[in-house]
Parts: sequence; C-alpha cells; structure tokens
Amino acid sequence: MSWIDIAAITDIPLRGARVVKTPLGCVGLFRTAEAEVFAASNTCPHKGGPLSEGIVHGQSVTCPLHNWVFDLNTGQAQGADTGQIQTYPVRLEGGRILLDGAAFAKRSAA
Amino acid sequence: MKKLIVIGAGMASGRMLEHLLEQGGDWDVTLFNAEPRGCYNRIMLSPVLSGEKTYDEIVTHDADWYEAQGITCRFGEKVAQIDRTAQTVTAENGDVLGYDKLVIATGSAPFIIPMPGHDLEGVIAYRDLEDTQRMMSLGKGNKAVVIGGGLLGLEAAAGMQARGVDVTVVHLMGHLMERQLDEAAGYLLRKELVGRGINVLVSTNSKEIVGQDGHVKALRLENGTELPCDLLVMAVGIRPSIALGKDAGLAVGRGIHVDDQMLTSDANILAVGECIEHDGAVFGLVAPLYDQAKVAAKTLMGEDAQFVQRDVSTKLKVTGCDLFSAGDFAEGEDREDIVFRDPARGVYKRLVLQDNKLIGAVMYGDTADGNWFFGLIKDGTDVSDMRDTLIFGPAYQGGAAADPLSAVAALPDDAEICGCNGVCKGTIVQAINGGAQDLPSLKACTKASASCGTCTGLVEQLLEVTLGDAYAAPAAQSVCGCTDLTHEDVRRLIKSQELKSQPAVWQELGWNTPNGCHVCRPAVNFYLLADWPLEYQDDPQSRFVNERKHANIQKDGTFSVVPRMWGGITNPAELRAIADAADKYNVPTVKVTGGQRIDLLGVKGEDLPYIWADLNRAGLVSGHAYSKGLRTVKTCVGTDHCRFGTQDSTGLGIKLEQALWGSWTPHKVKLAVSGCPRNCAEATCKDVGVICVDSGYQVSVGGAAGMDLKETERLVDVATEQEAIDVTVAFVQLYRENAKYLDRPYKWLAKVGLDWVKERIADVDERARLIAAFELSQTIYRKDPWAEGAAKPRAFAALADLTLEAAE
Repeated sequence: MSWIDIAAITDIPLRGARVVKTPLGCVGLFRTAEAEVFAASNTCPHKGGPLSEGIVHGQSVTCPLHNWVFDLNTGQAQGADTGQIQTYPVRLEGGRILLDGAAFAKRSAA
Repeated sequence: MKKLIVIGAGMASGRMLEHLLEQGGDWDVTLFNAEPRGCYNRIMLSPVLSGEKTYDEIVTHDADWYEAQGITCRFGEKVAQIDRTAQTVTAENGDVLGYDKLVIATGSAPFIIPMPGHDLEGVIAYRDLEDTQRMMSLGKGNKAVVIGGGLLGLEAAAGMQARGVDVTVVHLMGHLMERQLDEAAGYLLRKELVGRGINVLVSTNSKEIVGQDGHVKALRLENGTELPCDLLVMAVGIRPSIALGKDAGLAVGRGIHVDDQMLTSDANILAVGECIEHDGAVFGLVAPLYDQAKVAAKTLMGEDAQFVQRDVSTKLKVTGCDLFSAGDFAEGEDREDIVFRDPARGVYKRLVLQDNKLIGAVMYGDTADGNWFFGLIKDGTDVSDMRDTLIFGPAYQGGAAADPLSAVAALPDDAEICGCNGVCKGTIVQAINGGAQDLPSLKACTKASASCGTCTGLVEQLLEVTLGDAYAAPAAQSVCGCTDLTHEDVRRLIKSQELKSQPAVWQELGWNTPNGCHVCRPAVNFYLLADWPLEYQDDPQSRFVNERKHANIQKDGTFSVVPRMWGGITNPAELRAIADAADKYNVPTVKVTGGQRIDLLGVKGEDLPYIWADLNRAGLVSGHAYSKGLRTVKTCVGTDHCRFGTQDSTGLGIKLEQALWGSWTPHKVKLAVSGCPRNCAEATCKDVGVICVDSGYQVSVGGAAGMDLKETERLVDVATEQEAIDVTVAFVQLYRENAKYLDRPYKWLAKVGLDWVKERIADVDERARLIAAFELSQTIYRKDPWAEGAAKPRAFAALADLTLEAAE
C-alpha cells in the first residue's frame, strides 16, 4: 500500500462526488455521510455514464444517464440491473482523503 | 525503592496512581503537573458550568490525597526535558531528577483555529477550570459565540445559555455532533437547542474574529455576517501533547506511540491518556483512558496486562437532551439498519447490525435502553432471536408495530387539511365520527377535497386513522420506496408542519432510509424551495446533474451549453461571442434548438466555467436549457416587421422571459407568444401560450409537444400586455405551489381541473398573492448561475491527477 493524500473531505460536497484522474481512468470519490468516503470507477458499465455526476444516497450512487444504482461498498448494481464497478481502497485520516497509489500503478506498469 | 516520575495529573494519571498504590508497590513517586492543582474530573466541567455541580464536587485527587499517599507533588511546574540515556528529567527550574520508570500523561491541548483574531483577549478554548470560570463570569445581557458543534461546544453553549447568555453555535459540518450522530439525530438535537433559544448555524464557515482594543468583539462569517460577542469559545477538537516525548526521541505519530502494555519505544517510559496513539487511534473519551491506567499500573508492577480498544458510548451532558451514541453506526457492507422514528414524540433510534450482532446504536429522545444496547454491543451478543423486537428494547411486551399513519395522526386538530375550502383536521374528524365514513360523503358535508383534490390522500388517511380497520383506503402511489406518503401528502405536510429542511422532512414524515434516494430527494428539494424560499437553502446534491452543472449532459458525458437569447432575439456581437467560444472550446456541433436558441454541444465538464466566463463577458447568461424551470419564450416578429402582426409579440416574449427566468418549477416550463392567430411561434402546444389578437391577448395553458401531444386550453382573454404578464406569472406560481414534482402543467391540470385554476386566477386577491409570492422567490433565484460557476472553476475540475505521479 502506498497511501497518497488527495484532498480534504470538505473538498467534496456532502452527498456529492469528485473525480481523480488515474492511469486506469477517472475514479470517483463519493462522500456519503459527514465523514465517509468511497472510491469507485467513474464509469457506468451500462452506457459509460459518469457516476460522479449522479445523486449519492445512503451508500449508493445513481447513474445520471439511465438511473442504474450501484452499492459503493461492493460496486454491485442494485435492483433488476446486473453489473459491477471497480471499487478502490480509500482511507480518511484527520479529515484528509488517502488513496492507495499501488492500486492504480499496478496495471499501468504491466 | 524504585523511583517513578509521572508527568501530568489528569484523569488517566490519577487513576493509574490509584491502581499502582492499591497493588502495594514500593515506589518513590514524583508527580509534575502544569496546572497548579491535582486531579479533577474534567468531563464534569459542563455540569459546573451550568451550575449543577460545584468545582469541589468534581475533584478526585486533591493535594491532601497525594500527600497521604507519600507522593511528592510539583504542581504548577512543567518538565523541560527528558534525558533517556541518563534516565533523568529536568524541571523548569533546572532541578534534575533521576527515574527508574517514567510515565508520560501530558494529555492534550485544545486546537485553536489560527484564523485572524484568534489571539484576541476573550477568545478561549473549553479545556480547564480557568476556561470554565471565564464562561461562568458571563450572564444575562452578554453574548457568546461557540465555534464547534461537537460534544464540548454544545455543552459550553447549553451551560452558558442556562446562565442567561445569548449564545450562537457555529458549526462547519452539515449537522451537529457528526462524529457521534447521524443526520436525523443531529436534526432533532438542533431542534431542541434552537427551541431553548440557542442560535445554531450549521454548514457555516468562520472567517475572522473581529476585535476592539485588543478584545474580541464579533465573529465574522465567510458570508459576511457578523455575530457580536463578549466571549468566543473555540471547541473544535484536541491534539495530543507530544512535544516532550518527541523531543526525547520517542516514536510518535499523532500521539506518542505505545504498545498493548502502554510502553513507548523506550522500555523504561510508559505513556497513558490523551497524549498517546495506540494502533492508529488517539483518545478523547474517558473510558479507554481508565483502561489504559489499569494496564500501565500492571505493567509497572511487572504483571501481564493488555490494553484492548473497545467500543465507547457517548452521552451529551446537557440536561433535557436525551441523546445516546455507541459503537459504529456508519452503514457498510453486510450491515443492516433498523430505524425507528416517532415524529410526534421526537424520538429517533437507529441500530446497526452485522452478522446478527449489534455493532452500533444512535438514539435521540428516548435513550432509556441505551445501556442495554451498549451491553449487547460490548458482549457481541447474537441478536437473531430478538431481531424483530430488538428496537423496542428489553422491556418489549409484544406491542404493535410502528404506525405508518402517525404523521397524519400527529397533526393538531387545527391543522388545515383542505386549503381550498379552509377545512381543518378537527372538522373532518368530527364529520367522520358523525357518520360521514367515506370520501364522497365527507366531501359533501365538509367540502374537504371537493375543489382541487390535492388533499384527497390526506382526507383518506384521516378516515383510516379515525376508523381504523373499518376503512379500506384506495392504494395511492407513494413518492418512492423511502416513504409511504404520496407527493401530495408530502407537499401538504411540509406546509402544515412548517418543515424547512430535508432532515426535517425525513424525520417528521418517517422516511425509512437515512437520506432518501435519487427519486425523492430532487422532489423534496423542490418542495422546500418552493414553499420556503427565504428559509430553505437549495441543495445542489439533491439535483439532477444537469441542474447541478447548469448544462445538459450528453450521452458521452460531455455537456451542451445554451446561452439565453431573450425572446429569441440576438445580435452580431452575441453571435460572434458564441462563434468564438465554439472555436476556443472545440465545440463539435452548433445547433439551433426548437426554442429558438443556439446550442453548443460537446463541451467538456471541466471547461464549463471557462466557456461561461467568455459568454458572460459578451453579456450572455445561462439559458436554463437544463432546468426544471423556465426554458424559453418562443416568439414571432409581431408588429415590428410582420404585415399580419397585431401586437408586439417579441417585446412581450422578452418581458415574460425576464419576469420568469431563473425560477424553479415542478418540471420544465416553455412559453411562446404569437403575434396573430397564424401562430408562427407555435404557442398552442406550450405550457403557456399567448396569441396576440386585435382586441388584446389570448392566454392559454396546458399544451404539450413531448411524450404527449396536447393543445392548450384557454385560460383567459385580457386586454393589456401587463395583464397578460400578470396572468402568466400567477399561473406559473399556482403550478409551483401545487403540482407534483415532474408533472408538466397539463398533467397537473388534468388532476385539479382547469375550472379550479380559472377561479384562482380570476380572484383578484389570490392573483396578487400569487404574483407577490413568485416575486419574493425570484428575489433569490433570478440570477445567473453561470456567473457563480465561472468564479469557482476548481469545483468543476478533477480533485487530483494521479496519472503523473504513477508514471514517475
């Protein structure tokens, strides 16, 4: 693990999201409760909708293009839809968001 | 006799010495303390502040106690240095004392935000007796500001308020005590504090502390507001005091690193309390400190003991605020929530389960079972057998399940149910009890739901509540899975219960999810904004992406940008600016829309603020082509150029657009003005269409040319342009106040009937009220969102770019 300091949690609106550019494409950082952040692929497996633009509710996000809902813990699509988005390790320390750089470097190095 | 030096006389150190002496070890103890006194129970300072206890009552170890134990006390003295090689400490006065074992218990220091003015006289933390005494010196007529809505900040605020001080709490996060409570419980807590007269500002940034003659005078917020105060208390957190240990070369992180035996990286030095870091955690509550004290004493005695981090529970020491939080109450994988809400009693309980075990609990309003739940958490009890009744606590005797109708049952008798006919709950219940036991007979005898019909659901629920099983209500469609209420019920209850925030709606109306979903949140956000334009703060996170980004998302994730062209009129300068912007931002497609505007398609999300800034400079503002709000007013050229035109249709179109732009509505709203019945602007398939004729203006409403095709129906004929504008504005406001979210006007009209709308618009007083209400809302919302967005381009950019770092 190599934790990289990305930003303060308050840089993401409550129940909102921002993206981080990585070698594997854009990753969405989703802020759910006051101090809870998830990292997951920004791309909906259905038609490629940008998930960080969706509405964040509970611990899920709804794709803005066609309302697919994903559980941010598992990346699994909810309800009748099937599919999964990649999730990534993320940590909060003293209000700072840390991402594991190794999770993104691995495949790009290969 | 072995020499033991203890630095710090706080609660951890006091408890450790107690254990050590109980075990009868043969120690020569010297105790240093920076505060000029022994140990007192710091967590009881709040009852001292509020006057419920005196300082003497909270002292745990006074000078006599230490003396009786044979401990040498050096109160009011700090340790300047630790020499690990020589095994000595140097006191401030230069004395050098040798030790066999050393215990660091330096505690923590309050964190002071280094904002301008933080060093003014009258800016204090809430940490020790001196701070408490400063707060106790205030009284009636004094003003205080507390920065920080956590445990300490709220206890400080409540304590001062109890002394008659005028207190304002300023909190950065969206709800109070966010580390211990979820939003719903935070909402109830705020409601209680506000009810006591404490002013509570959440989601609020402080900017600077304003002083006069070196003394604090006011706190200035980021939005420019000034809160005058005689005392400013900063209660924003604590930081472990590690300087002494760090200088001595001990391993430190956020705190002084210790292992399970409370040993630091030096085997002769132990550390306990708030100054330590154990397995990544630092500590601020008392329970783990006592555990550490016990372990440290055993370690000193050479016995085997291990410190294990365990769950802690929190209670707010503010009389009358029943609040309990324990364990981990975040949602998570494999976790399930059990939520209980009783809006009438202001009770909220939430249990978090994982693997059939209780791992967290939050309670507000009724915390009687808190310790029982905490016991289940600590013991890791398997709760699968009592799962169904768990939330009702240990005394559960087989009572009934929570009533989904309780929101209606909770309404007072004088709550207005039918706004059209002014019928209140009491009248309806009386009629039901008098024999009117179905909707038609109720309509006939009370007039309730006999006009626009939006209260029908509520009247049916009253029948259900009053008659119980005797009444079978027709199934009404709820907003979404988060609630059993219909859109109409939610609108009505927001008005009648004066609910002015989303957490208020979730709590008072018994939402069964923590914060709604993508279906209900935009609707609730609109209802609150439409009903309370002055009090409610719009929530962008409850808006669809188009409205949040003020541009239309396209299928590839790019956006389309449509500048406003008032009434469809433009000029060469604007066209040049649009062409330049299209060039500069590589817009692949430039299209004329169906509403007579120009659409720039394919703009990247992060370019939006920049293209807006360019367009703003040319005088162009957002065309709101993305909004559930006014889109365009399509026009023909009217009398200016057309040989058939009867009135200035272009001019009227521009005036209408300038009156209505920026307003939010249940769905998109499109208008058109045609200069003659040839109808070149296609006004007869719009939400509001005006046809100019020789005698004046024909205003018609409820047209559609989308999923459904529908011709407008005539609302009214008027003689003057001003009347045409008034009627249109009044109609739009009536729609804003009554329609279900995502119903276009034609769908809403089908429910309430055109006749009812005609009556309201024809009523001179009602028309004036509608126009005034619309204008009031527009004082806040009639503004260009692009200009705001252009000023903060960072919000549209990626948070970070790891592509470069990983490549290195």
